[in-house]
Amino acid sequence: MGMTFAEKILAKYAHEKKVVPGQIVTIKPDHLLMHDNAAPIVSKIQPELKEYGIYKRDLPIIVLDHVIPAAAEKNALQHKQIREFVKTHKVKYFFDVGYGVCHQIVVEKGLALPGTVLLGSDSHTCSYGAVGAFSSGIDRTEAAALLLTGETWLKVPQSIRITLKGTLQRAVTAKDVILSIIGKVSASGADYCSVEFHGDISQFSVDERFTIANMGVEMGAKNAFFPVDAVTAKYLTLIGISKSNYTPVNPDADATYEKELTFDLSKIPPVVAVPHGVDKVKPVKEVEGLEIQQCLLGTCTNGRLSDFRIAAKILKGKSVHPNVRLLILPASRQVYLDGLQEGLMNIFLQAGGIILPPGCGPCLGAHQGVLAPGERCLSTSNRNFKGRMGCVEAEIYLASPATVAASALTGKITDPRKGVQK
Amino acid sequence: MKVWKYGENINTDMLFPGKYTYTCSTAEEIKPHLLEDLDSSFAKNVHEGDLIFAGKNFGCGSSREQPVLGLKAVGIAAVVAGSFARIFYRSSINQGLLLIECPEAVAAYTQGDTVAFNVENGTITVGATTFSFPKLPKEILAIRDAGGLLPYTREKLKKRKK
Repeated sequence: MGMTFAEKILAKYAHEKKVVPGQIVTIKPDHLLMHDNAAPIVSKIQPELKEYGIYKRDLPIIVLDHVIPAAAEKNALQHKQIREFVKTHKVKYFFDVGYGVCHQIVVEKGLALPGTVLLGSDSHTCSYGAVGAFSSGIDRTEAAALLLTGETWLKVPQSIRITLKGTLQRAVTAKDVILSIIGKVSASGADYCSVEFHGDISQFSVDERFTIANMGVEMGAKNAFFPVDAVTAKYLTLIGISKSNYTPVNPDADATYEKELTFDLSKIPPVVAVPHGVDKVKPVKEVEGLEIQQCLLGTCTNGRLSDFRIAAKILKGKSVHPNVRLLILPASRQVYLDGLQEGLMNIFLQAGGIILPPGCGPCLGAHQGVLAPGERCLSTSNRNFKGRMGCVEAEIYLASPATVAASALTGKITDPRKGVQK
Repeated sequence: MKVWKYGENINTDMLFPGKYTYTCSTAEEIKPHLLEDLDSSFAKNVHEGDLIFAGKNFGCGSSREQPVLGLKAVGIAAVVAGSFARIFYRSSINQGLLLIECPEAVAAYTQGDTVAFNVENGTITVGATTFSFPKLPKEILAIRDAGGLLPYTREKLKKRKK
């Protein structure tokens, strides 16, 4: 009997021939991701760090992204403490304020490779399945322990196999695909599970796979995974990583899955997740006309070049509705630069958009675009929980870059199929 | 002992608002904001030994250990839920907050019922009915018995040094 991706890679890292769901294994991940929370993480283990040091200087990846540039003295102090920690312990992979959102940086800098394992003190660590890595979120305390010992336990998860069939309609994107899947599976439908995407996936670029894998946690998944194929290899070559640098792990054809689901891509319309749950998914048509005051285009879910291209096509030569603030949040400095080079940022600015520094920005409600009571935001981010953007009496709707761009122009939630040519 | 009863998909933003995540990290800073956007009476009225009953997928959302630290600090004896989101589940093991996964017990509970549980036997009694819940594997019990993940890690490091 064959093994799923999660079984195969965890067996490899546990040095076992075979593992089964439910089994507890001890593994040493290739990398441990931290962001602004590195400050509270290292503050937990000051005496131990002094006595033992960190496990390996190339284990941690630290990216300052959550509240950047610092919104208050407390944030600034944490950033400073992190820089000191990085210096003292010679942390190899440190990306200071301005590089971008941690998940984008991990993939863009080639730190997540096919067949590797990464753990991170952030729930969207599951994103790296886009390039065939096993990656999962942990908490701060576990990150602290990992910094010292380099190892932790994992329970081998059950696996869910999702087959994507057919091709997407015009103006329907990867975001609509993952929102539709979550709407069907529910916010808890993949709890503790490894979710694999198969079928007609060659139509999805790594950017689009990233959008899908990023939201795996919104259905409770431990990790999300795309098999490594020519699309993955092409992307990795582009960022300077040749095939000799990695060994893909792909699931066996005769692996056993807890659940198998098939989605017909041609039947997916543009959708939104309505307040206050990511699994409250409806076709855009059903909420069309709802007035919005803020649009957020970007984040680690949809802040890459391909997302901006879709939005720019819609916004080119037009003006954002006077009642709407359009916030543009590039996932990284590289995306920002590429967007400038292609003239996309000009289009956004000319349309009346506000470009934010590459980071998490308003997504978690700490600063830069906090909502007022009674306001409604249409966002390409990954969570619409109550209070998420800093105000408990505001509403967040999640949608694709196409839907957000089309709606920014009208000031109301709008079906993007009306304007856009794919 | 009071039972605080909530629904399904209680996410980390409801348990502890995201806007405070980079300004509050100690128990004293966390306590006043616990469940702020879910139940504004909780932080003021919670007492040591109280229980939380909730539906499935408790703790979904972010990697956020403030609610775990906070619930432990105010003395929540256990969170009983239909199921838990995995990062919250791991975090609770790491901090020594007791989680009981038992959808039957949650369904059986009505206001005023007495609740008692026995971790060693893996049983919880609601009113007159006793239900069983899955016990933790031995690898995880070792972390709990050490007093949480950091004390467990300290022991491990000391042994390695020898």
